[in-house]
Amino acid sequence: MKVYLDYSATSPVKNEVKKALLPFLENNFGNPSSIHSWGQVARTAVEKARTQVAEFLNSKPEEIIFTSGGTEADNLAVRGISNWSAKGKFQISNSKPHIITSAIEHYAILRTCEYLEKNNLAEITYLKPNKEGLITKEQVKKAVKKNTVLASVIYVNNEIGVIQPIREIGKMIEKENEKRENKIYFHTDAVQAAEYLPMNVDFLHVDLLTISGHKIGAPKGIGALYFRKDVPLRKIIFGGEQEMNLRAGTENVAGIVALGKATEVLRDKKYEIRAEKTLKLRDYFIDRVLKEISEVELNGSRQSRSPNNANFYFKYVEGESILLSLDLVGIAASSGSACTSLSLKPSHVLMATYNNAERSHGSIRFTLGEKTTKEEIDYTITNLKTIIKRLREISPLGVK
Amino acid sequence: MSKNISSLYSKKVMEHFSHPRNMGTIKNPSGRGRVGNPVCGDLMELQIKVEKKAGKEYIKEAKFQTFGCGAAIATSSMLTDMIVGKDLKELKKISNQTIVESLDGLPPVKQHCSVLAEEALVKAIADYKKKVKQ
Repeated sequence: MKVYLDYSATSPVKNEVKKALLPFLENNFGNPSSIHSWGQVARTAVEKARTQVAEFLNSKPEEIIFTSGGTEADNLAVRGISNWSAKGKFQISNSKPHIITSAIEHYAILRTCEYLEKNNLAEITYLKPNKEGLITKEQVKKAVKKNTVLASVIYVNNEIGVIQPIREIGKMIEKENEKRENKIYFHTDAVQAAEYLPMNVDFLHVDLLTISGHKIGAPKGIGALYFRKDVPLRKIIFGGEQEMNLRAGTENVAGIVALGKATEVLRDKKYEIRAEKTLKLRDYFIDRVLKEISEVELNGSRQSRSPNNANFYFKYVEGESILLSLDLVGIAASSGSACTSLSLKPSHVLMATYNNAERSHGSIRFTLGEKTTKEEIDYTITNLKTIIKRLREISPLGVK
Repeated sequence: MSKNISSLYSKKVMEHFSHPRNMGTIKNPSGRGRVGNPVCGDLMELQIKVEKKAGKEYIKEAKFQTFGCGAAIATSSMLTDMIVGKDLKELKKISNQTIVESLDGLPPVKQHCSVLAEEALVKAIADYKKKVKQ
């Protein structure tokens, strides 16, 4: 049996999406910037996709920029705003722009903030999550300064699947902004949220939002940034005047068409309905693992949790050897363990949440997808029990 | 899909990971070496039973327990395989390099696992020698 439980890493391209994108690799190969008919066919397709994404997010088409993926969209949000503000009043008043973010962001945000900090281009506050992996609106409020220009909080954490209170934070920032001279813009990386959670930007009260194609059934290499009309974004990639002069480079037409279609497919059903089956399977999975394997803990909040994420800490065993054993029986998962990464550093998300290196080494993430079945979950649990038992016998830790 | 994580490792490593030799503990071991740290993600305990025969001290039995990645488990298993039956002088020839070679290589980021195995051996022998002197 082959069981793929790593949908948060990437997902297969959906059939409808593949059908929609293929013509743009073949006959409709034109460059949207060309004025001839080939170009115009491509241009029309790109603008249609922009409308589809805009409708999915309840925004206007001109508020959507296509990028090479979630990472670029995150970079554009953070650097695009800090580039703008560094030229504005903060330089004159001798203070740098201030950005509030969390210690459990995706590296696309975290490393960008660290870069700005190191190069003296911005002042950054990294909020620590509580033991559930949650960031509260009060924490964000407390961190606000006179020179704050941006807050960026991940919607669903990619490792522990915790859903952050984006709407509450957004509303709080809106209130703060009423009292302020300079506005604080609010960004969320919603890459892991798009499939199962509300994505209406007005409901969420966000000014900027990132999505990625390959997590929702489009191919890799395409993403988008939503930015509310009044957001003073500055480009970070220079060249031609594509994407409203905010993102240079010939458009990835097939990718854009695919992202448009993928969001349309999602919009066909309400998010609660999309999430229903996955949520049930996830709960079944978590309940059985916690009951049937001893000395296991769930990483991240149980209540405020993505419908597709189950992340467990198996005491006394190391993550890579679990992954390796799972792989030998055809099960794909991922780990916060240092030993699976080239850097040999334990997961920054688990470290920030639990401050326990052993926990990071012994944690495994399972992420479900639309095709996941109960049989697959049963097969996974059966194997997991044998694997954990065997590795604990090899381990010198724990009670024998 | 014929490739999987296990293709990162040699067949020998996978064989030792899947079927580790000499796993467990020894009753009243002559020496033990515990190295590494669970905080770093690797912890290895080697236990040896030393016997004297024809004036030579040799390893009669070796057992290990390891918390760690696939490479850490495989190197510990290989180490025990390599030392059983050898006399203490011969053991000096065993280094992290010879362990890696016996496993048909390890990925570059996993070389430290073999160093850990060598340290466990050195520590276990030192522990034995200390006990003999007492």
